[in-house]
Amino acid sequence: MIIIGEKISVIAKKVREALANHDPKPLQELAVAQAKAGATFIDVSIGPAEENGPELMDWAVKVVHEVVEKPLCLDTTNVKAMEAGLKAHNNKWGVPLINSTSNEPERFPMMELAGKYNAKIIALTLGKGSIPADAEDRCVIASEIMARGMEYGVPMENIFLDPLILQICTMQDQGLQAIRAIKMFQQLNDPPMNTVVGLSNISNGAPKAVRPIINRNYLAMLLYEGLSAAIIDPLDKDMMDTVKTVEMIMGKKMYAHSYLDM
Amino acid sequence: MALVVPKESYSGKIYEVQLGSGAKTVTIGGANALPFLGFEGTFPHKPAVALEVMDIAPEDWPETVKKAVSGASASPVQWAKFCQEQGADMVALRLIGTHPDQKNRSAEDAAKTAAEVAAAVDIPLVILGSGHVEKDTQVLQAVAAAVRGKNCAIGKAVEENYKTVAAAAMANDHKLIAMSQLDVNLAKQLNILLSQMGFAKERIIMDPMSSALGYGMEYTYSVMERIRQAALLQNDPMMQTPIICDIGLNVWKVKETIAPDAEMPEWGGLADRALAWEAITASGMLTAGADMLIMRHPGAMAKAKELIADLM
Repeated sequence: MIIIGEKISVIAKKVREALANHDPKPLQELAVAQAKAGATFIDVSIGPAEENGPELMDWAVKVVHEVVEKPLCLDTTNVKAMEAGLKAHNNKWGVPLINSTSNEPERFPMMELAGKYNAKIIALTLGKGSIPADAEDRCVIASEIMARGMEYGVPMENIFLDPLILQICTMQDQGLQAIRAIKMFQQLNDPPMNTVVGLSNISNGAPKAVRPIINRNYLAMLLYEGLSAAIIDPLDKDMMDTVKTVEMIMGKKMYAHSYLDM
Repeated sequence: MALVVPKESYSGKIYEVQLGSGAKTVTIGGANALPFLGFEGTFPHKPAVALEVMDIAPEDWPETVKKAVSGASASPVQWAKFCQEQGADMVALRLIGTHPDQKNRSAEDAAKTAAEVAAAVDIPLVILGSGHVEKDTQVLQAVAAAVRGKNCAIGKAVEENYKTVAAAAMANDHKLIAMSQLDVNLAKQLNILLSQMGFAKERIIMDPMSSALGYGMEYTYSVMERIRQAALLQNDPMMQTPIICDIGLNVWKVKETIAPDAEMPEWGGLADRALAWEAITASGMLTAGADMLIMRHPGAMAKAKELIADLM
């Protein structure tokens, strides 16, 4: 499974302060720890960064790449900042991942950037207006996004369809709809489309103590349906143990008594 | 429309392991595709063949193979030189005489023999204990120290004694042969345990436990196939060590290599039949992915090397 390490996020106070003060250390520590724990991509979330977006993303990408040889998942709604990040990204460590486009017109330029920089891109199956009602609704949106990808010359294997995980505590039926969508997305193309989720949304609003339980059980169910990638905390050992166990049971990794240690 | 040959794409690669010191080192491994599929990947090194030498005379070997080495087998040093002359890539010294049920030779005697053999040949050396779990720990510790600097493959480390054997190999800069008994999961587990004690996985050679044609070779074949799939298709770092097959040991005790012409006339002449049995067992193990073979009959080794040359 492709693991997108979520720890470098503007939502975290420590990261927010580091970004504001241009202090590389907290970012670099989180990047190294996540890479060591098995992250495939390191997410670098700077938020909308309306004032100094391009300069901030350029700095963040460079400082992270000073310490890890991993591709980055560039996370901002600011198109100019995204482009600066793609320019700064060292593709020697792999192709960057844009986080994200959707079916909302203001997010179309992200797909254009994916074509221009030959980057991978997360596509939220979210259209203008209300949230998708069910898996079928998500597939309709996904098809429109894929068509747009073709227009911009983005190969289908570079698009990671995201069913948009909604919180289980207020929209309980949506949990299963997103799982169904993961299964159906794969059938939209041959070879199957890549899929991704922002996992922790599932437990938003739930008590702190149950959140990790909901998260990792939900991940197991998604993986069983063929999920290719997830934005998670790779420093969460229980979570990583779940990933390893599911991969082992599904025959993707060979069993050994110490399989959790590897 | 032109025919497009379907190709598998691989994400893993077998570690390259170098053995020996000085001018005649041998490197095995390095493949990034299933055995001999040259159109799918690269194979930088040929599988290597070691001829077996023992620290005692091969009294219990069947006539055919005993005769083939009879001129030299009275002394391990002469025997090792003979193997080199026969074109072996390596010499595999089996210290069977140290087994309590054999001559129960001491670890010091074994170490002396190993040092003498190492001094007599310049091709790389594989050094094997007798397979007695407790005795091997003493023997291999002494031997590893006696041939320090020769970059040998020392073994076999098994689940019951791997810590001591691996420590001896590690302390004296040798490579390690880690054996599990026809079980992919235990093979992986042993490699994990070795890495956890600090033995670099890139210095391990895996022995999946061999067998002879007609006597369970298909089990070894399946185990090796599964190991290679995990290594190359699933990119499992714990399964990417080269594989050694210790085949002479198994081949030269089955009926087909022993029964005289008169007893089994419909089987063909013993001399050719027995040699073919070892050569065909070798061919099976090579196609399953063996990077290294230990054989007994120089004639069978020549056949195996011929096959390797044809397939590479």
